Amino acid sequence: MAEAIITPHVEEPKKKAPAQGDETSLITGSEAIAVACQLADVDVITAYPIRPYDTVMQYVAKLVANGEMDCEYIVAEGEHSQFEIVKHASACGARVFTGSSGVGWMYAMECLTVTPSLRIPMIAMVGNRALDDPKIPSRAKVDAFLPRYDRKDLLLHPDNPITVAPQANEDWLMEIRRGTAAAMERSAGVIREAYADFERIFGRKYGNPFFEEYMTDDADVVLVGMGTLSNPVRVAIRQMREEGKKVGFVRLRWFRPFPAEELAKSLGRFKAVGVIDRDFSLGSPYHSGVVATEVRTALYQSENRPQVVGFICGLGGREVTLPDVRKMSEIVSQAASGKPQPATQWIGLRE
Amino acid sequence: MGRLYAVEIVYRGIFQKNLAKNISRAIVLAAHKEGKPGISFGRYGDSPERNGIPAKAFAIVATDEQTLEEGMAKYEPTQVDVSICVDDTLFKGVESWAWYGLQPINKLVKPGGTLIVTSLEEPAALAEMAHRKEAPYQLAVIKAQPSFSGLWVYKDDHTDVRILGAIARVCPELFSLASVQEVIRKDTKDELKATSALRSFERVTTYEVQPTQGNPEEPYKFEMPKWHEMRDGIAIPSIAPGHKMKDPITGTEGGFQPARNPTFKKYATRTMRPVVDFDKCIKCTLCWLACPDSCFDVTPENLYDANLEACCGCGVCEAVCPEPNCVTMVNETHFSDNSSQWQAYRKDAEGYKANLASLIATRPERSHGFRFRGQYEEQVPAIIQAAEAEQQKQTQA
Ligand code: SF4
Ligand code: SF4
Repeated sequence: MAEAIITPHVEEPKKKAPAQGDETSLITGSEAIAVACQLADVDVITAYPIRPYDTVMQYVAKLVANGEMDCEYIVAEGEHSQFEIVKHASACGARVFTGSSGVGWMYAMECLTVTPSLRIPMIAMVGNRALDDPKIPSRAKVDAFLPRYDRKDLLLHPDNPITVAPQANEDWLMEIRRGTAAAMERSAGVIREAYADFERIFGRKYGNPFFEEYMTDDADVVLVGMGTLSNPVRVAIRQMREEGKKVGFVRLRWFRPFPAEELAKSLGRFKAVGVIDRDFSLGSPYHSGVVATEVRTALYQSENRPQVVGFICGLGGREVTLPDVRKMSEIVSQAASGKPQPATQWIGLRE
Repeated sequence: MGRLYAVEIVYRGIFQKNLAKNISRAIVLAAHKEGKPGISFGRYGDSPERNGIPAKAFAIVATDEQTLEEGMAKYEPTQVDVSICVDDTLFKGVESWAWYGLQPINKLVKPGGTLIVTSLEEPAALAEMAHRKEAPYQLAVIKAQPSFSGLWVYKDDHTDVRILGAIARVCPELFSLASVQEVIRKDTKDELKATSALRSFERVTTYEVQPTQGNPEEPYKFEMPKWHEMRDGIAIPSIAPGHKMKDPITGTEGGFQPARNPTFKKYATRTMRPVVDFDKCIKCTLCWLACPDSCFDVTPENLYDANLEACCGCGVCEAVCPEPNCVTMVNETHFSDNSSQWQAYRKDAEGYKANLASLIATRPERSHGFRFRGQYEEQVPAIIQAAEAEQQKQTQA
């Protein structure tokens, strides 16, 4: 097929207000996201109330109303439209943001099947809870990190006449999927580059972009998890360390692309691994959560395969307590010492 | 290994979906009466949910389970014993929804196999309408107005049972008349329908189509790109801009002809085509604006010429044209090409007008389904009259 027909005219980014220093402020996670949208100079944002995404909406609305943020703020009639609107806005060259929580995501799911194939860089928040003290970077640094959004020859514009998202029958799907897969294969390299840029510009270092390790160097067993687990797990690990128990923690940052080889190599160092899922995949292998299934799959090809125990806990936002973490570590240690453990256990359940 | 039988039913999406399903289902049931297992299915990719789009249903039958399984290992048969075409305008070729190119109607008919069609045309004329085929094949014509209805309604005009009776005649190994009548009686509890199948069985005759007969054109086709040849982001380059039109007599250039999709032409969707009386046109542009497929080419003198490579025959232009008898939808079977009407008019205005008048005068009623309750009942007397005339002709012969 024909290559780019035209190169859309690209303006040099306008000089923004003089750089201000970073500032530290005490804000909620939702507010931090709103500020991030402001700093990223998002062009189109769509909203539909559902907790806790509604608090992000609220902060963004306030920024827009106060004249501190310039964007199209569209209240959609449901999550499905929310995700469709940003998809099309992005195709026309707008930087977009949206989000939802829980069942809202389920309703939006149909729109998401095509989004990656269209190569739409859509940031969408999966609402959960957080309270932290983020450091808000300066606009100048954000502008340096985030180049002007430029879809190049994929821009939907009268000067670049193309059709995007045509109806495709069964004779096209495999080729389209293969193209999207190729982009996903390239994404690991892009993620590494972005982390390196981030470190250079903001001076914040995250180490391995795909997962972080906590006290794993001399650990016998580790817990693996994602998201908001890290706080109670770190505290519990420090307590257990004082008691001489060598437990570590591996926190996944990326679920897709899943860092299978790298993770398998790291986990191969331990005798047993406990995977904490704050989700549950009904009827999945060993009736696990999704992370446990991925971890087992990643380990299958590796030479050193530790015992894997899956844990289901903290569903529906239930607190994962320090005793919960200690209990899970204990079970993993038992597995490490050769005592067989059930493949999946529910922790923090009234029983 | 046993013997495998394959039957395809080529039909028009929505309007004939139920008809095709009924035929394919009854084929399998009738063969089953004789101990032959089978399966009846629609080909989803042909988008049978779109008005008029050529689509296919299949009935695959075998003498034993294992042979059936081997036959079903391929999604679509590459050869069929019997091909059934329930609308004669499909003889011009089958282009299902997008990106498949044009397939000759007789493509799957195996050498010596039979193509059954419902039509009011004569076999020789139909043979010429279809593309040429290397090996001879049989053509059986069921005299009938092609049966069109809708997605939720079904025109019970016996087209299905007449075709089933004809199959029993041309491919008796598949099922006998007695078996198919048994299925019809059980399904419909209507003895008249079983009789219709019998009449069709008795009357159907076949005509051998020779390799020298038919449209010699190579049907258009194209290579599908490899995945890495496709652009990222499912982006497709737009159709190139158009160009001016040239008057075949004076050489004057002007107007505008848009470039069109080279890989999906759509004209195989058409059962009727618009003919334009250019002398009546008041250049109001309504047809040009309303055509859903941007089919109208604007001529140097600002007339509007329906481009027949692109026209899907929806009839919107006829509906919006404010001038009486300026745009008229006529039967597609009258035409053997898609050439420009305006060019013909420019070269010989009188001849064009005379031809136009005869096309309009003789146009048979064709409609896409029912527009009001009771419409079919109104059509019945004319159908019976035509059938009686046909019978009289046969008795005299
Ligand atoms: S019938 Fe008329 S309106 Fe419909 S596609 Fe053809 S030219 Fe266009
Ligand atoms: S709608 Fe009829 S009168 Fe108007 S431009 Fe078209 S053909 Fe001519």
